[in-house]
Amino acid sequence: MAFASDSDDEQALDFPGGMVSYTSEMRFISESQEKRIPCYRVLDDNGEIINGSDLEPGTSVSKEVAVKMYNDMVTLQMMDNIFYEAQRQGRISFYLTSMGEEAISIASAAALSTEDYILPQYREPGVLLWRGFTIQEFANQLFGNKADYGKGRQMPIHYGSNKLNYITISSPIATQLPQAVGVAYSLKMDKKDACVVTYTGDGGTSEGDFHAALNFAAVTDAPVVFICRNNGWAISTNVSEQFRSDGVVVKGQAYGVRSIRVDGNDALAVYSAIHSARKMAISEQRPVLVEALTYRVGHHSTSDDSTNYCKAIQAAEKTEKPPVSDLFSDVYDVPPSNLREQENQLRETINKYPQDYPSDVPV
Amino acid sequence: MAAIFQGIGAATALSPTPSNCFDSKKLPLPSRRSLSGRKASFVVVRSDGSTNFGSGSRSQKAQKLITNAVATKPDSAASTSASKPGHELLLFEALREGLEEEMDRDPNVCVMGEDVGHYGGSYKVTRGLATKYGDLRVLDTPIAENSFTGMGIGAAMTGLRPIVEGMNMGFLLLAFNQISNNCGMLHYTSGGQFKIPIVIRGPGGVGRQLGAEHSQRLESYFQSIPGIQMVACSTPYNAKGLMKAAIRSDNPVILFEHVLLYNLKERIPDEEYICNLEEAEMVRPGEHVTILTYSRMRYHVMQAAKTLVNKGYDPEVIDIRSLKPFDLHTIGNSIKKTHRVLIVEECMRTGGIGASLTAAITENFHDYLDAPIVCLSSQDVPTPYAGTLEEWTVVQPAQIVTAVEQLCQ
Repeated sequence: MAFASDSDDEQALDFPGGMVSYTSEMRFISESQEKRIPCYRVLDDNGEIINGSDLEPGTSVSKEVAVKMYNDMVTLQMMDNIFYEAQRQGRISFYLTSMGEEAISIASAAALSTEDYILPQYREPGVLLWRGFTIQEFANQLFGNKADYGKGRQMPIHYGSNKLNYITISSPIATQLPQAVGVAYSLKMDKKDACVVTYTGDGGTSEGDFHAALNFAAVTDAPVVFICRNNGWAISTNVSEQFRSDGVVVKGQAYGVRSIRVDGNDALAVYSAIHSARKMAISEQRPVLVEALTYRVGHHSTSDDSTNYCKAIQAAEKTEKPPVSDLFSDVYDVPPSNLREQENQLRETINKYPQDYPSDVPV
Repeated sequence: MAAIFQGIGAATALSPTPSNCFDSKKLPLPSRRSLSGRKASFVVVRSDGSTNFGSGSRSQKAQKLITNAVATKPDSAASTSASKPGHELLLFEALREGLEEEMDRDPNVCVMGEDVGHYGGSYKVTRGLATKYGDLRVLDTPIAENSFTGMGIGAAMTGLRPIVEGMNMGFLLLAFNQISNNCGMLHYTSGGQFKIPIVIRGPGGVGRQLGAEHSQRLESYFQSIPGIQMVACSTPYNAKGLMKAAIRSDNPVILFEHVLLYNLKERIPDEEYICNLEEAEMVRPGEHVTILTYSRMRYHVMQAAKTLVNKGYDPEVIDIRSLKPFDLHTIGNSIKKTHRVLIVEECMRTGGIGASLTAAITENFHDYLDAPIVCLSSQDVPTPYAGTLEEWTVVQPAQIVTAVEQLCQ
């Protein structure tokens, strides 16, 4: 029993936050958009700049910066290799690599100024490397010796340097996110021309602190750039078990935060996006969320064996080994008499001493 | 540490009624009037009685820091301000006065919490501050205790001196992660590179039928956290003094207030003063037994003390004030004199401040004890809502009297 009244739909509700118009059509907002938010990149699969790509106007990456980025990414990977092996050799107790995610930390650091505060999660030593932390300084922290700036009090990879404006890493996940809002608050009070950049992984976005931090940052107009390294895994938890939304980028709008999805393995795209995000954060005094899609090439850390949840290796491990007869086949097109004799001898030995023969190799 | 102006006489003004007058003759200090002439100086009274004068690191403004926000009671203007020194106010106003003085003194001091801004705070401790200092320095936060505590920690690491208000101490259980893993730890794990001069404060304790969730005693849970200091205020005098000292301290300090003590009235000095964060307060000197207490239980103890005095006992009452670390110097001297200890606390029996204090005293002063330490605490039950039941979870004066009588047999 509806009265036809056109004026009804033209009415609007003056609610806190803006005018809300009415509708008499009952429509639920879908739980997901039809198409996923596209991923911004400027380099194609061969590393060539895509024609007409949107490298932020005014950002020309100079040759020096480009070479330094490449240099630092390679250094980071080599450093990771060596320290990982050191852990396997028992020389340090723990290590965590950035394999596959080097571009995120290096390229984002390149787009920032050294006045910008960094609140890392734990997979961003690249930022320290960019800012001048030496391999020796990294090693000192890993070994917890006297020269460590943390005075040997934290476990490995929990770097910190107030000189380089990189706040000491703390193990609990996502606690750095509301702290970043606090640091931004401090910058606002001092009216500094700088912003705060904080990192988290895809798993970290499930923590309560992530949501409150985005909310607070929006409410307090805090100049924070939230960078989420979505590498698909939180130890063994795949992102499909972590959240049902279209990744992390769509969560920004829920809190009134501008956001973008970028290819985390495209150093130039990351550089361009962070450069823009930083400018917005400072000039407009607002938070920005950047989701960098990437892949975790290594294990979560040295305490993890990701083969447990990588099916190929598991399946291969379970499959039987080749039988004894394959030891003698294909030496020649047809096994000659001496090889046949040797095979018989071997089989006799195996029958006589079965306990000395490996049980997982079929006879 | 910070300079102290510890008037032994002022400590006797403990009852809610402003009946005690400050007897300046008892103080080993020059008179007040000469103090106001000195611009930038503090008077330091050491616990052994010697005095010396020091200069404040920052120049002070006018000695009279009674600002507009503190409502000086209309009556006092007419009657007693001429005859008595100082000014009268309620405990929550004393907290605000301390907070305001520090915000005037140091532009890095800021406040954050729920409804602290224009609403003035749930217990009116921050009333008027947002109007005076602006929305940024007195920040209203959304409801996420772990997160605004984290925000305070981040701000503290980069140069600000935030005061985080928990609307009720119990809500700070949500902030336990930030307080334990970051607030207490980051100065240490960063090798001293980042410091956290934060003050976390709020009302706790058993109130009047607030229900179990609003009657928590968080000092039990926080006492183990390395890297933090804990103090509990109990009078307007020490509330203001401890607030100021906590703000000036470079360590993270948790200041415990009590829901039922906010309307206590007392006359406090006009001059600027600070209370030492690590010192206990001698409330009533005595000879027979040392009664250690803090916060609201101090008043139950003093009520019991009146009865005890009438019965011929001479209890020594110490308000320990510093919950972490304990002031074992003051406590020890008292035990060496009386040889008997009674602890009266509001914490639960298991794992409370009393339990730790008992252990500390046994370890350090065992030889001086003539009797086992008696600790009166609340039972290990959630605080019930029914008024009669609630009354019996909290230690009552009658129980204190009985305990002393048994101790002194």
